[in-house]
Amino acid sequence: MSHPMVSPKLYFLVFATLMILTGVTVGAAYLDLGPLNTVVALTIAGCKTLLVILYFMHVRYSSRLTWVFAGVGFLWLAILIAFTMSDMRTRSWQPAPRGWTATSFSSPPGQEGTPNREVSEGRSP
Amino acid sequence: MSESHAALAHQFDDPQQQAEAVTLGIWAFLITEVLFFGGLFTGYAGYRANYPQAFAEASHHLDILLGGINTMVLISSSLTMALAVHAAQSGKRQALVAFLLATIFLGVVFLGIKVIEYGHKFEDHLVPGRAFTFPGPHAQQVQLFFSFYFAMTGMHALHMIIGIAILSVLVVRAWRNRFSAAYYAPVEVTGVYWHFVDIVWIFLFPLLYLIGRH
Repeated sequence: MSHPMVSPKLYFLVFATLMILTGVTVGAAYLDLGPLNTVVALTIAGCKTLLVILYFMHVRYSSRLTWVFAGVGFLWLAILIAFTMSDMRTRSWQPAPRGWTATSFSSPPGQEGTPNREVSEGRSP
Repeated sequence: MSESHAALAHQFDDPQQQAEAVTLGIWAFLITEVLFFGGLFTGYAGYRANYPQAFAEASHHLDILLGGINTMVLISSSLTMALAVHAAQSGKRQALVAFLLATIFLGVVFLGIKVIEYGHKFEDHLVPGRAFTFPGPHAQQVQLFFSFYFAMTGMHALHMIIGIAILSVLVVRAWRNRFSAAYYAPVEVTGVYWHFVDIVWIFLFPLLYLIGRH
């Protein structure tokens, strides 16, 4: 068949690397890197994904067309995330009125704490 | 499917073309899978950006030890799956059956640990719904995190269950000597699917378990 055999030795090498990277990602989570924590975690996950795709899934030894197929899924995923986030993070969120009968935006007591009111929690003041 | 050496389906010119079509077919399916899970990841990213504090708080209630063990179990199952494909390519029937069984075993171990984790969440009232309780001002947002947790790990577990079912069929067919060095496409394709499920977990583990640990 089209796929040349990958030696078990290489599989074990990839496996060992994946295990080490798992340890690294757990270790890195305990360091305080600020917003870089997420970047580091995603970078390590990306490296692991690349190893799995290239060697375990044999894409490295596959045709160029397979490379394209393997790549476009992630390309569209990047578009999905980028456009959704650019909308969510730049939109001016208005607090939702409390139903159609509400006469003002100040909610009556007892209706605090619904998710809509907390939308701005993570924003800078 | 009739005989093991009726390897070439009649619509293909040669085994090379058949193998190429099989590979492209599974990748076309995986593109839909990437975007299916991608929707969940996008939703997660959006709400985590909105409620970073609540998501970090909620993440502390996940068991990092069980999650870490499961990550290693799943990576090990990917290794046994890759070795199963290698055994199939080499035409080694016994090794193929053994590695497929090992992969199924590791998959079941993963699901077993997941069941234990889910059980803890029920006991701690962290399952979204009426019984959900969480102290502090972020209860609603923490519930949102756990909705993502159960949706994402639940869909992942469903993919594992489907994978184990497919692997079980492969074990029977391998045992009956239906695969050979000339025809092992089902093993190869199942391997690609299984590794994809592994990749989903590679992202789920840090994004769900490892936020705000420092």
